[in-house]
Amino acid sequence: MSEDIFDAIIVGAGPSGSACALKAAEGGANVVFVERGDYPGAKNVQGAVLYAKQLDAVVPQFWKDPEFPGERNVTEQRAVITSGREDWVSVSFRGGRYKQEPPNCFTIIRCQFDRWFAKKAEEKGAQLFTGVTVRELLKNNGAVAGVKTSEGEDLGSRCVVACDGVNSMVAQKLGVIDEWRMDEVAMGVKEVLELPKEKIDDRFALEGNEGLTIEFFGSISHGMIGYAFLYTNKESLSVGVGAKLSDLRRTMIKPYDLLDFVKTHPYISRLIKGAKPLEYSAHLIPEGGFHSMPPLTGNGFVICGDAAQMVNPTHREGSNLAMTSGQLAGETVVYAKRKNDFSQATLQEYERKLKASYVWPDLWEHRDVEINVEKDPSILEVYPRLIVEALYHHFTVDGRPKAVHKKETMALFLKERGLLKILQDAWRLRGAVG
Amino acid sequence: MSVDDRLGLLTYKNDHESHIKINNHDVCVNTCKDKPCTVLCPAAVYVWNGQAKQIKVQHENCIECGGCRMICPYHNIACDWPRGGFGVSYKYG
Repeated sequence: MSEDIFDAIIVGAGPSGSACALKAAEGGANVVFVERGDYPGAKNVQGAVLYAKQLDAVVPQFWKDPEFPGERNVTEQRAVITSGREDWVSVSFRGGRYKQEPPNCFTIIRCQFDRWFAKKAEEKGAQLFTGVTVRELLKNNGAVAGVKTSEGEDLGSRCVVACDGVNSMVAQKLGVIDEWRMDEVAMGVKEVLELPKEKIDDRFALEGNEGLTIEFFGSISHGMIGYAFLYTNKESLSVGVGAKLSDLRRTMIKPYDLLDFVKTHPYISRLIKGAKPLEYSAHLIPEGGFHSMPPLTGNGFVICGDAAQMVNPTHREGSNLAMTSGQLAGETVVYAKRKNDFSQATLQEYERKLKASYVWPDLWEHRDVEINVEKDPSILEVYPRLIVEALYHHFTVDGRPKAVHKKETMALFLKERGLLKILQDAWRLRGAVG
Repeated sequence: MSVDDRLGLLTYKNDHESHIKINNHDVCVNTCKDKPCTVLCPAAVYVWNGQAKQIKVQHENCIECGGCRMICPYHNIACDWPRGGFGVSYKYG
């Protein structure tokens, strides 16, 4: 196989790698995607919520494929704001229309999904090599011209597409990133817990294929930038928590202790009661966003997905940005093949496509949110507490006039934050909502 | 559930060759005060051995998150990927 010159070698068979391989092969390019795990997904971890729109763009009407490993169609999404250990406020959105086509998102078991998605790319003619770790890049006249594997084999290509995730070996070897700083990544730890379908349906008030996702903010993250989650699969639950690595460094909380803290929270412990742990996992999540993005193209290379920091953490989006960037990279490989030119000038088509999509605007919109929170992390503690206290006053009947409760609530807000500060916070966090 | 019990749920293909290396053990002994790798690694790969006065690297525990490279304040941990096909294989992920 080392005699072949591929149009593109795609490093990684996750959502961006498979999307890229599929679109490139579909357009007639001769591509291989290489995966260091024994099978696609072996090294990958996600919550996991998979958005339909971006997969539909690559595998049209994928939800009709009987082999599509979707767990549940997410019809309800909930945010829980915790204060202390015993108080919380929750907001739940149930979208009945998500039961009609097209669906909005599914919960998935990521390893099963990655295998299915890679197979779709193979069906279009992309070659998949598994168990192959890329160690070096081959260069020709300053342009990337292939990869060297951990077994010392050279694979030649006209370009390399880095879809190798947050710890991108390719981006490092290209010299476009050195090492992420601790504040540019979050560490996520999770467990998959087995529970019979009937129990899940009962505990979460679901029927048939309906799914619920819950995210937890506030005291549950110990003042760190991050959140916890609980997702319903068919016959299992995914429970996990993520926090900025720089915040974990500051608090020196062991990631698995943080997970225990989440699992024993009274909101969660009763929902996961009796569920049997099937797997524990940990992964880094890129959260540097727009400001941390490396150059996305060069002579003979393109960078996609997590490798390029394409994550929108306040909207828990990542794999959809990965799929879209992979799709656009795959289309760009086809474009470059037609032009018979894999120089940066041609590959920059990828950047033009990204800017015309939702990926670039969303990353731009969100660019300063986490930086602003880091400037004043008390935001993470104060607002959940104030919201809980406001509702406490609203619901408490203690013989005092309502006007007294209102006055006390207002006084608390003014004392803890002040009107000007509240307006300032709202302005700072504007990228996180809407 | 202990971290060992958690790691016991996982499937590994162990490589006799470690993919993790401490560049300079003197830095861990003399310079590094709170040894964050021993706390923050989600798979307890790094253990301080007080007698031998060095960090013991249990590379076979590694679940390949890559965090150690950033956690080490002295960039003293070289953590590469295991060779192709080796290391952890998630079933759920």
